[in-house]
This record gives sequence, C-alpha cells and structure tokens, in this order.
Amino acid sequence: MKKMNLCNDVWVTTLQASENVKPWSTWKMTGKTLYDKLWDAHVVRSEEDGTALLYIDRHLVHEVTSPQAFEGLRLAGRKPWRKESVIATPDHNVPTTGQSAGIAGIADPIARLQVETLEANVRELGMTYFPMNDVRQGIVHVVGPEEGATLPGMTVVCGDSHTSTHGAFGALAHGIGTSEVEHVLATQTLVQKKMKNMRVTVQGHVGPGVTAKDIVLAIIGKIGTAGGNGHALEFAGEAIMDLSVEGRMTVCNMAIEAGARAGMVAVDEKTIAYFKGKPFAPRGELWEQAVAAWKELHTDADAVFDKEVVLDAACIVPQVTWGTSPEMVVGIDCTVPNPEEESDPVKAEGMRRALKYMDLDAGMAISDIPIDKVFIGSCTNSRIEDLRAAAEVAQKALNKGCKVAPTVKQALVVPGSGLVKQQAEEEGLDKLFIEAGFEWREPGCSMCLAMNADRLEPGERCASTSNRNFEGRQGNGGRTHLVSPAMAAMAAFTGHFYDVRKLEELK
Amino acid sequence: MEKFVALQALVAPLDRSNVDTDAIIPKQFLKSIKRSGFGPNAFDEWRYLDHGEPGIDNSKRPLNPDFVLNQPRYQGANILLTRKNFGCGSSREHAPWALEDYGFRVIIAPSFADIFFNNCFKNGILPIVLSEAKVEQLFKEVEAGEGYQLSVDLEAQVISTPGGEVINFEVDAFRKHCLLNGLDDIGLTLQHVDEIRAYEERRKAEAPWLF
Repeated sequence: MKKMNLCNDVWVTTLQASENVKPWSTWKMTGKTLYDKLWDAHVVRSEEDGTALLYIDRHLVHEVTSPQAFEGLRLAGRKPWRKESVIATPDHNVPTTGQSAGIAGIADPIARLQVETLEANVRELGMTYFPMNDVRQGIVHVVGPEEGATLPGMTVVCGDSHTSTHGAFGALAHGIGTSEVEHVLATQTLVQKKMKNMRVTVQGHVGPGVTAKDIVLAIIGKIGTAGGNGHALEFAGEAIMDLSVEGRMTVCNMAIEAGARAGMVAVDEKTIAYFKGKPFAPRGELWEQAVAAWKELHTDADAVFDKEVVLDAACIVPQVTWGTSPEMVVGIDCTVPNPEEESDPVKAEGMRRALKYMDLDAGMAISDIPIDKVFIGSCTNSRIEDLRAAAEVAQKALNKGCKVAPTVKQALVVPGSGLVKQQAEEEGLDKLFIEAGFEWREPGCSMCLAMNADRLEPGERCASTSNRNFEGRQGNGGRTHLVSPAMAAMAAFTGHFYDVRKLEELK
Repeated sequence: MEKFVALQALVAPLDRSNVDTDAIIPKQFLKSIKRSGFGPNAFDEWRYLDHGEPGIDNSKRPLNPDFVLNQPRYQGANILLTRKNFGCGSSREHAPWALEDYGFRVIIAPSFADIFFNNCFKNGILPIVLSEAKVEQLFKEVEAGEGYQLSVDLEAQVISTPGGEVINFEVDAFRKHCLLNGLDDIGLTLQHVDEIRAYEERRKAEAPWLF
C-alpha cells in the first residue's frame, strides 16, 4: 500500500491485488463485484482459455462505424439476429444548424452519403431509428438512457468508445470496432475475455463548484490514460453516489480516457427513479420485477478487486487540461507543469511536445490562458443538468452586466438531443444563453470531434466540455482545454480560465 | 481476413507514448463508407505539411521531413515499434485499417489501448506487448543500425533479433488460432447457434423486460 500527495493535492491510495493478504485462489468463495455479476449473467459459453461468448442486450448504432458492418452482413448473406435490440440515430456528422432540411441539408456530400447509408440500412432491416428532425434524435449516448433504451443490468455496445457512459446505471457497456458491430448484428454476441476488476473510490464530498467532470478529470490525472487498461472500472464512494445519474454518466463516459473500456456505478434509488416512466423502460409488473433484479446490481461487501485507487473528494478543485492527453490536467489554481521536473524521459518528451503544440510555457498560471472559442456539448456534458449548470453561471454573469467576452470569437451550446433541447427551451435556457452572447444550436456531436462544420481553425484555443484534447481533435491545429460546463461558461465571460467558485468576486 | 503466420521485416520506430486513434487516422477520413484505402492518410497530420481531406491526391502533398515514417531508411517497414498505450481514444476500426493498408502487420509496444488491441486481431495485425525495458532496448537497436529487421513467428510466439536474441511473447490461444488461419469469427460463433438460442430462452424467463 502506498499513499502519496501529488501536485493536484488529491490524496491517492493505491492497493494492488498482489499486496492483499490472501492469494486470489483462496478468494473464490467471496462476493462478486458489480462487473462479475454483469459478466456472469451474460455468458453464453466459455472456452478453456477463458474466451467467452457474451450476449448483448442493446446495440446502439450511428452512421460512422456501421456502414462497413452492414455491408459485411449483406455480402455474407447474413440477417441481423435480433433487430429489436438495435437503436440507430445519426449524430457525428449532423450539422447543428438548419436540421429542418433533413439529410438534404448536410452540405458535405461525403458526410451526407454516410447518413443516407445509415438510414437506408436500418430502414431496410426494420430497425428502430431516430432520423434528423425527430425530436428523439441526438448523440447516441444521450438518446439511449433518455429513452430508457439502455437500462441497468444490460450489456450495451456501440461502435463508439464513449459507450462506457451507460455503465453509470449498472450496465456493462463498452465501445467496439466495426468488425464487432457486424459480429453483434449477426450473432447477438461478442467474443470476449473477462477483464480485471478495478475500483476507484472517491471518499467524502466535493465542495461547491466542483462537478462530475472535475471528479473524473482528477481521477484521470491520477491514474493516467492507461491506468484502467485491461480493467472494468467501477466508480464508488460518497462523492460518486452524491452525483445524479446524469453526473455519473459524465464520470463513466470518460472511463475510456482512463484506459478502461467499461466504467460503472452501482444501482441505487436515484437510478431506479431515473428510469421510471421512460419510453422503453418496463411497466407494471415487469417494472417491479426489473427493479427487484436491479437492486442486486452492486458490488458485494466482501468482493475483492485486482486494483483499487482511493481519492479524497474534498481535495478536488475545478480542473483544466493543459496538454494533448486527458491525463495532462491540473486544478484551476495551478500552473502549467514543467517537463524539466519530470523524471521519466518518455513522459517529459511527451510534455514538451504537448506544450509546443498547445503554445504554452511551463510555469504559466492556468487562469492566465486566454481562449478563442467555447464549446458546451458532447456525450460527456450535453444533458439538461449540464446546460442548467452553464446557464446558472450565465445568469449570474448577466446579473453583473457581463456578456461573452469580445475576445471570444464563438461560444456554442449544443444540446445532446432534441428532447434535451426542448426541455432547455421550456426552461428558457436558450433565451438566456442567446442574451449572454452564446449560439444556441441543434443536437449532435458537433465540435467534440469536428466531423461536421463546427470546428477550431489552426491555432485556435477552446474551453471545451468534451472528452478529448488530442492534437487536431476539434479541428486541424486546434487547441483544446477540457473543463466542466460551469467552467466553460465562466471562461466565455472572462475570455480566459477563471475559477467558477470565485464568480461572486467577478467585476 | 488475411492470415498471419510469420514475418521478417524492416522495423520503424515511433517514439511517442499515448498515440491516439485521432492521430492514426483523423476524423475527416471517417466519413468513408468503405473499409479500404486509408493507408495514404495514416498519421495524416504528422505525415504531411498541409491539411488532408478525403478525395485529394495524396501523392502530390508535401511530406513532413521530420516525421519518422517519412525517412528513407524506414520506407517499406512492416513492423511498427512504439511506446505505451498505443491506439488510445476512439474505437474507430479505421485505425487498424489505415495501419494495415500502410503496410504494418506487427506493432510492438509496452501496452495498447484495449479496443484498438482487439480491433487489430480482426484485421490481420499482430499487436505484441513487451516490457518497457525490452521496448527501450529495441528502440536503441533500431536507431543504431539502418535496415534493422525483426523476425516474428506467431506459431512459436517468438521474435528474433539480428543479434540472435530470441524474445518470447504472449498471445491468447483463440486470437492466435484465428490469426494463424485467417478465420472470420462470425462464422465460428455461428457454430454455437443452439447455445445462443438456449441462452435467450433462459434469459427470457429470468429477465423478460429485456426482450
């Protein structure tokens, strides 16, 4: 066991299985982790080497990673095994203005063909489809839970790495490649080897202004982008269970940024309340039966993890990434780290390269970094609670007579789905954002990965609520800083990063 | 899928950790509805000095002379040597499609991102995990001598260096079997149709709300 105090003032304790008192073999009769339970319930058959066929309950499909899979199915003369398990919607390529024109309104002919191809494929096969213009259309990871199409206890896959989002309510959910999309379409199963169990416990409670996004960025900062490789990652502890189900989605969404394909949180009363009455959720007697089963979806008290990490919530402050990997993150009150102080030469070289790409100097205060654009959206942070959090900051800033800073060229708010947009408009959030100087857009993945027209130009710097700050992610040569919705809104008003906890001091 | 049995080939070193799939194949090329032709755009933003878009003639674009894969000594390399967490980020299978189309059949690193690792096996690419120390040693050897080749034997699970060293590596039995024989695993899974149906019947009784 080691305990260390790292730069960001977050106490971290790690415990490796090898340091446990008993060897693994003697733990066989102990309790199961949440992941063990989900895995066991879905194994169709196992090979001697541990390779298993895992049954898939829900398959989410979007336009980018599916065309080659549908084509493969067609070429092999195969039919989908269970078309009812598929929910499809276009999200990556859709424009965030003028969606009423439908597919014809997609200016880029290559992108248009991809969305047309999705539509043709799912219509031909009779799959559930939310097209552009349908109020239920949106980012697939926002749409699934919103519809109750992804539920506790399910196995959920999608040709998208942020499928980990759905683990927030006790589902086993992860991204797959296109070959596996085809495999699931054809067989309703995946060939899998069981991952190891890892738990990140965030003890205690976060302070005001610290959100789910800050928690997960702090976790990634501690364990690194490869910290969860080969593991299913359960998030636990008071600070996680304090979060709403939407907040837990934000945390699980970025499990993949910590290297874990699947992130998950145990089911509690909030989870059950969240799904009651959703369109695809069970009703009546089936609901009662489902709820009884869902209440078992937690790690047993005597279960043992292969790897454990513990963080102290009280030490987490609003986070801002400074580099080109999500692990390159510090608190708003910190400075840009110095590669010369890094002992690992490969890591130091990575830091130097990141600083060069980001055009930042070591030692610079994070709060002194000016920004050109703001993006509030993506499968990480485009749900109604995210928009409310940004709107709350916007309202307070407006009350002080502030508007989006003149140095900020563009501040986008992109709701995650048509239903989120509708809800926000009912609450008047659209008018508030527009009054403050933001652009109120239509749903889609948008500037998270810039497959549509929303993007950074070379050299532009963005405060973004998305999940990846990789080189060129938001546009060739663009520079991304990942933050929470409240911190992104705050940066829009000040034109640089600013601690949202000090909003009242803003002049 | 093209099978992989053994290979002796030139090694190219990509000395970066956390190489993400956005770097391997940028998003603008993901709009294609095909699974071939991604090779000329592998590492597009590092490889070329201008901005790439689908449909343009890549042979006329200015190459970045500082990018390691553009160096004359690494032309024709079929083995990529790189650092930890290679292939992190998005699940896009376009990444292994691009690498395979470029010519890489083996990737050696201290660790890989899980989804990318899995996607490699579906496309005839063998990802090999070696210790950080061993990878560091191979980097030194590759950079020391032009024309450095490694010999990779999947059946025996060994890599042989020009100096005569033999390095063992691990690979799952099932994945090895599929790669050695170039098997389509959908076909293999469909041999278990009865078991899938039996599972569904059992599950329908246990958890009817899922169906």
